[in-house]
Parts: sequence; C-alpha cells; structure tokens
Amino acid sequence: MFLNICLYLLVLSNFLLLGTARVVQMTKYTALQGFLLAILLFHFGHTVLTVAVLLIKGLVLPGLLWRTLKKMPSEALICPHRLVAIDVIAGMAGLAFAIWLDGRLGSDLTHNLFPELFLPLGLTTLFCGLILIIGRVKAITQVIGYLAAENGIFLLGMPLMTQGTTWFELALLLDVFVAVFVMGIAINRISDSFASMDVDHFRSLRD
Amino acid sequence: MLIALIAIPVITGLVMIFFGKAWLCRLLLPVTAILHTTLTACIVREVSLGHTPTALSGMLAPDALGSLFLAIASLLFLVVSFYAVSYLADEERIGIHTNILLDHGHFTNQPERRFAAFLCFFLASMSLGTITPHMGVQWVSIEATTLSSAPLIYFHRHKSSLEATWKYLIICSVGIALALLGNILLSVAFYSKEAQVEGFDQVAWFVAHAKQANPTWLIAAFVFLLVGYGTKMGLAPLHNWLPDAHSQAPSLVSALLSGALLNCAMLGLLRGHQIMQAAQLGDLSSKMLIFFGLFSLATAAVFIVGQGHYKRMLAYSSVEHMGILALGIGMGGLACQGAMFHALVHSCTKCLLFLLSGNILARYHTYSSYDVRGMRWTMPWTGALWLAGFFAIAGSPPFGLFVSELLIFKGILAQGSTLIAVSYLVLLAIIFVGLSVACLRMVQGSRPLDMPKSPQEPLLSVLPPLVLALIVLTLGLWIPDPLWHFLERAASLVG
Amino acid sequence: MNTAFFSYLANLALALLLAPLLFGVINRVKAKVAGRHGKPLLQTYYDLAKLFRKSEVISPTTGLFFQLAPALQLVAILAALCLLPLGGNASPLAFAGDFLLAAYLLGLGRFAMIVAALETGSSFEGMGASREAAFSALAEPIFFLAISVLTSLHLDLGETHDWAFSLSLLFGGQSAGAWLSGKFELLLLPIVFFLLLLVENSRIPVDDPTTHLELTMIHEVMILDHSGPNLALILYASALKLWFFASLVAGLLVPDLGAMGFLLWIAVIFLVACAIGLVESSMARLRLKRVTTFLGGACAMAALVLIFSQMR
Repeated sequence: MFLNICLYLLVLSNFLLLGTARVVQMTKYTALQGFLLAILLFHFGHTVLTVAVLLIKGLVLPGLLWRTLKKMPSEALICPHRLVAIDVIAGMAGLAFAIWLDGRLGSDLTHNLFPELFLPLGLTTLFCGLILIIGRVKAITQVIGYLAAENGIFLLGMPLMTQGTTWFELALLLDVFVAVFVMGIAINRISDSFASMDVDHFRSLRD
Repeated sequence: MLIALIAIPVITGLVMIFFGKAWLCRLLLPVTAILHTTLTACIVREVSLGHTPTALSGMLAPDALGSLFLAIASLLFLVVSFYAVSYLADEERIGIHTNILLDHGHFTNQPERRFAAFLCFFLASMSLGTITPHMGVQWVSIEATTLSSAPLIYFHRHKSSLEATWKYLIICSVGIALALLGNILLSVAFYSKEAQVEGFDQVAWFVAHAKQANPTWLIAAFVFLLVGYGTKMGLAPLHNWLPDAHSQAPSLVSALLSGALLNCAMLGLLRGHQIMQAAQLGDLSSKMLIFFGLFSLATAAVFIVGQGHYKRMLAYSSVEHMGILALGIGMGGLACQGAMFHALVHSCTKCLLFLLSGNILARYHTYSSYDVRGMRWTMPWTGALWLAGFFAIAGSPPFGLFVSELLIFKGILAQGSTLIAVSYLVLLAIIFVGLSVACLRMVQGSRPLDMPKSPQEPLLSVLPPLVLALIVLTLGLWIPDPLWHFLERAASLVG
Repeated sequence: MNTAFFSYLANLALALLLAPLLFGVINRVKAKVAGRHGKPLLQTYYDLAKLFRKSEVISPTTGLFFQLAPALQLVAILAALCLLPLGGNASPLAFAGDFLLAAYLLGLGRFAMIVAALETGSSFEGMGASREAAFSALAEPIFFLAISVLTSLHLDLGETHDWAFSLSLLFGGQSAGAWLSGKFELLLLPIVFFLLLLVENSRIPVDDPTTHLELTMIHEVMILDHSGPNLALILYASALKLWFFASLVAGLLVPDLGAMGFLLWIAVIFLVACAIGLVESSMARLRLKRVTTFLGGACAMAALVLIFSQMR
C-alpha cells in the first residue's frame, strides 16, 4: 500500500517532468524523485543508503542544478511547448510499453524479486529520462533527463541490494554526483560562450 | 602492488592539483608513467606465469584479458607522458591561441596542472577498470574514465571543443547508464534465494553458475551491456561522439582515448560475452558482435573516403578497428586470438598517428588534409613516421596490423563464413584507398613555399611516435612466444 | 414511490437551493486569501432577487430566440443534473448511456447561449461565442475519455453491461471504493474533472469571471446584452452547472457510506468551491493559446489512468 503510493507518485513526477516547460519547475520534480527514492529505500530497510540518497539526489544535485539555473537569463529557461506535448505523448507510449513488457516478462523469477509495479515503473522512469535527453533542446534538460534515467535504473536495482552491496551503491551515487557536477560546470561554460543553453547551437562539428 | 597501481596516479594527480607548478607537472607525468609501467610489467609477468595477484579481498584480481588491456593502457600512457612534456611546453609558449575551426576567435588553455592531474586520474580509472573482476566496480571505473577525460577534451577552451565535450559527456554517460542497467539485469538473471555471489570475483561466479541463469534476462542484460559499453567503445551506430571528441581533444588525449580507453570499454562488453558463452548463448552474442563489427566497418568506410579533416579521419579509423575487434571476437577461435593481437597493435599504431597529427597541427595550423602538403620537406621525421603509420593502420605488411588482420581473416574463413570474409576484405580495401589518398597527399605534394624547412623537430615530439612505430614494426615481423601464449590465454577466456 | 426516490428528490432540492451558495464560498475564499473581508456569503441570492425584480432591456436587433435562450439553458442543465446520482442516491432516471445525454444536454444549453450571443450582432459577443464553442469542443472529448476510463474500470470489476454505462454507477460511490482498494491511479480522475470544471464554468485560468475587458472574456462577454430576469436565469444556470461538475468530483471521491456519505458528499462539493477559490487567487488567466496546453494536461492525465487501469 505504502509502497504503491510512492510508486504512483514517482510515475506522476515523471510525467510532471515531461509535461512542464519551465526548467526551474523541473529541478523541483527532480528533487521530488530523489525524496521518493529515499523513502522507498527506507521501506526496504537500507538506512545508510536512505541518508545518502536523500542528501545527494534529494538535496545536493537539485541544489547544484538550481545554482546553475540562477545564473541564466529567465527566458532561457522555457522549453518550446510543442516539444513538451510530444514528450508527454512519448512518455505515455513508454509507460504503455513498459507495462506491456512487464506482462510479457512476468515469471516466477520477477515476481519473487520485484514487488508489484516495480519493474514497469522503473522502466518508465528510465524511458522518461531518455525522452527528456532526446526530446528537449537544452543542455540542462539533458542533465535532468540523465538524472531521471539514472533514478529509473537505481529503482530497478533496489530489490537486488543487500547489506553487502552498500559500498557499490555509494560508489554509484558518488559517480552520479561527480557526473552532474562536471555537467554543471560544462553548462556554465556553454551558457558563457554560446550565450544560450540550447543544444541546437551545436552544429560546428559534423561531417 | 595492485593498490599502488591505482594509488600512484591518484596521489600524483592530487599533488599536481594542489602544488601544480608547471615544472613539477612535467616532471611528475613521466615519473608516474614509468612507475606505473614497471608495476604493470610485474603484474603481467605474474599473470603470464599463471598466478592471480589479488588485493583488497579480491576486488582487484587481474586475469589475462584484463592485464592485456592494462598493459596496453600503461604502455601508451608512458609514451604519451614523454610527448606531453614537449607538448605542454609548446602550448605554454604560444599562450593565446586562435580557434582555426570555427570563428578564429581567441582562446586560452585550461591550467596545465589541471590537465596533467586529470591525465593521472584518467590513468587510474582505466587501471581500475581493467584489473577488477567485479562488474560493478568496472562500471564505476568506466564511468570515472568518462568524467576524468571530459576535462581533458576541453583543454583548449573554445566553442568547438566545448561542443565535443558536451556530446562526449552526455552520450557516454547515458550509454554507461544503460550498461549499468545491463549489470542489474545480469544480477536479476542470476537471482535466486539459495546462491549469492560471494566475494568480488563476480565474473568467475557468473561463468561458473551460468547454466542456472534465466536466459531471457541474460540476453536482455547482454543487449544492454552491448549498447552501453558499445557506445563508449565507439561501435557504429553509437559512435557519434567519437569523431567529435577525438578531433577536438589535444592530440595526446585523442591518442589515449583511441588507444587505451576504447579497449577498456570493450573489456566490459567482453565480460558479458564471456558469461553468455558460459550459458550456451554464445552464438547469439557472437552474432550481435559480428553485426555491430561489420556495421562499424561499413560506417567507417563511408566516412573515411573523402574525409578532409585528418583527425576525424583517424577517429573514424578507430571506429573501423573497433569494428574489426568486435568482428574477430564474435568469430571466435583463431580470429579471437587475432583480435587480441589486433587490440595491441592497433592501440600502438593509432597512438602513433594521433601524436603525429599533433605535430602536424602545430606546424600547419589546419585540420584540413587538403591544406597540408609536402610534409617530407617541412618536417621530414614526422612525415616519414606518418607514412609508416598510415601503412601500418591500413594493414599493409610488414606491420603488426597486417598480421592481426590476416589472422582474423583466416579465423573467419575457418568458420566457413565466406560472405563475411568477402565483405570484410572489400571494406578494408575501401578504407585503404580512402586513407591512402589523404595520407599520401599530406606527405608528398608540392613543397609549401611559404614555410621554411624546419631544421629541428623537438626530440620529444618525434621520439615517442618513433618508439611506437618500431614496436609495431617488430610485432609485424616477429611475435615473441611468451606474448603469443599470453594472447592465447586472454583469447581463450572469450572464445 | 419508495424512500430512495424521495431522498433523491430531497437531494435535488438541496442542490437547487444551495447551488448559488458555491459562488459565495468561492468569493469568500478569494477575499480571505487576498486579506479582505469580502462580499456576504449569500450575495448571489441577493443578486438573483434583485435581477428578478428588474425589468428587461432588449436590443432591437435580436429576435425571439434571444429571449428564450436563458430559459432553455436552465432547463437543459437542470435535466442534466437530474441524471446525476446526488448524495449517494442513484438517479431514478438512470439508464445505460445516460452520460451521453447529460453531456449533450450541457451542449444544448451552451448552443442556446452561443446562438443568442450571435443574434445580438455584436462583434464582441460573437468573439466570445466562438471561444466558448472552441474550448467546449476541446473539453468534450476529454470528458468522454475520462468517462470511458471509468466505464472500462467497472466492466473489469464485473459490473453488468447496462449498468456500467450509467452515470449513477460511475459516480455513485463504487469508483471511490476502487481507489481505496489500491488502484491509486484513479485519484487522477477527480483532478481531470476538476480541470474540466474550470474550463466549462469559465473560471481562472481559462477565463476570468470578474474581468471587464471584453476582448479577453469568454463567458461574461456572451451575456453582455442580457438583463433583468433573463440574466438571473443565466446566473442561476451557471450556479447549477458548477454544482453539476462539483458533484462529478465528489462522486469519485466519496465512497458509499449511507448517511455519513451524504454529509461527506456535501462537504466535498464545498471543498471543491474552496479549491476553485484557491486556484483563482494563486493563478493568473492563461493566454488563450495556452488553454489548449491546459486541456492537453487534463487529457494526458485521463490517458495515463486509462493506460494504467487497462494494461495491468
């Protein structure tokens, strides 16, 4: 029951991510996803990881994004609405596909391992992240998409975590943290030298 | 010893960041490289004697395959570190550069100490990735290679390199994230209440218990590993970041990316292949590897012919050779041994060529192979080595790549797949023509009148490529028995 | 004639009596949020009484239909309200497919108002009419999509074919039982209906009922030429329409609890009014172009529920 509510909220946060054109809003939803992941981890009894995820995915990474956004002009922080609509539709397709896949793959193995809804929702989160990476033109939305995709993968890995693998999950979190940090620096550079964050400006390198 | 292998570069990197005088960096780089190579040599010797050195309760335990790639990475880093000394001195002398690709705007470089430090971190993460038998640690370290090499690509702080860095970061990070999903699916496939992985030797455990794995999930896991690590490795059609990053990075970084990093990424893929084979699904994974291999060859052939940008040309040549590697490994048997040898010689040759391209760029200030003419007058050493490197990379005798490509060809024939063999030959021929047009034009051609004959090319910019050229030449003429046995052992792990 | 019938009649009477109070609640909430005291809660009743006492001014360009339209709209909305289950009691008029009739009765009322607005020959009112037509045309498919989600849900739960197509079942408490038993995706549907309420009743962020710029208005501009008792009818009709949509939301949220359920139901309806007040005080009116995005969001939510409930 509790688990289900969290999972529903997670999928809702994905669609909010896909459905909003304002990047500032998107960072808030990213933080929401971090909190939800932390709650789920707590539910599974990984206390150390709960704290780590809460700190890194719930606070530090959205904070980093937020700080990056602060330096941007406000008109640079709106995505084209046409793309938003397409993204939402693509996200729906992703959700439908994930649920279908879950029905196809469902076996004793998965039922033992994954609680109900876990597998399709993890996949949906991954898809939504990928859609954000491909479907928006801004560098920062690509980072947000990367985070969402990573959240989805993290969710899928959650039932497999044991006390013995905590070190690995921490290393993984550190990696993601450094990745977003480096990307944040790169975004600052991009907005400095291109006077915009749109990846559309990247067209000097091609064959 | 194994811990030192990673600790030494990390510590020197930190030292460089915090006390980074230019002379210190230039001194520490070769010293680190020499230490690292010495340690690597010891490890490789032990592994070749049949021992498995372990450290950190088994988290570091190189097998033949891993230590082969470790040796390649270490050797290239050694060569590059000497080259870097002269390169960095040269860059410092110039100071403010002009962006010749985009808008002729001016730009400066990143601080040298940061560059040198990230080179060391890059080495450390590559070493970790090659010597661990735990796929999770390997994943973490390969992601770390992405992150530590991104600042290296952005050494020249201008728009084009920023674009390349961004593409590299996003595409590779997402690819690697998919590889993580592959790792998770792998764990799902092996999930059971009774047996859990003990210790860190995941690969061996997976191979030993492969029969109990759920085949559907195992295949899904391999597909994701293939897509994930394939992105990093530069297999077409996932190679988009590769030409951009290689053309915009400083030449010595391109050399390391192409020669060492791509191999490390391939290692992750090979682990998946190893497990698939143990689970009797090797046919399927081989087919996928062969398909991606041929597709990469074809893509490279299309883009190399008529390519006017010589660093991009080299980058596409890397795509080609990664394709050959995937093809050889997918074929198995003799082709697989050939592929192991190919990895070694290709890395040396590509490193050689990229280092030379740095020399050319410094002298001619252009990326266009049409504007580079008469290298044999203006820079005779570089010109001669460039020619040798071209013959080597295109696979002509008497260089090592000829032997390895021939071995792979024989392996394909031995499997009886004539169609693949023919397309392999045809694609190689096309690429040979494409490369030769550009390379010969650069070396020969009329002597550029406005450019005086340079009496001295800096020793450190020519000596490292020369050493590599000699290695490739020697390996083409004579493969030492111990080396061959070692390659055979590495190849036997993946078929 | 049994008790169920009488209690339904009592509920209907209550709806007719309390509907204008919803406007009072909305205004009071908005005033409180803005830090004012606000109009009296019963202001709409006073307005109605005043308007009924006044005489009417009729433009010479209009015809007979202009005078009939308000009454027609009121009757249509009243009839639609009679098809809804009220306070947990199924409507005595319920039949399979009555949601179609309800939707088109609302459509008929709107049609009457649009034609009346066009009859005045004023360009402002024509503009308002065209906007009203456009937005309601966009809102209607979403209404049907949401209804079809509910229908398929109840068919899955094992209802008979006839009954599952009736508003009295869909909004009669069983739906709430479904989400209470773990189908949390259904909780998106009340939000969808709430968004539809905002669109259909011309509330912020789609339309601003208090604006005085004819160029930006939708509903208010259509009734500029009405006055006296006819304006009172229009005002009362829009109150009933608000009650209709609020009871759709309440019907999904309140489970079947008997007498307790009835009180809860009334409470939810007034909570919806409070929510409208809160939305209106926290948001600005959207640009006309953006209304489609707003409706698209509602549509996406309904589709999300459909995917969730049907694919599993």
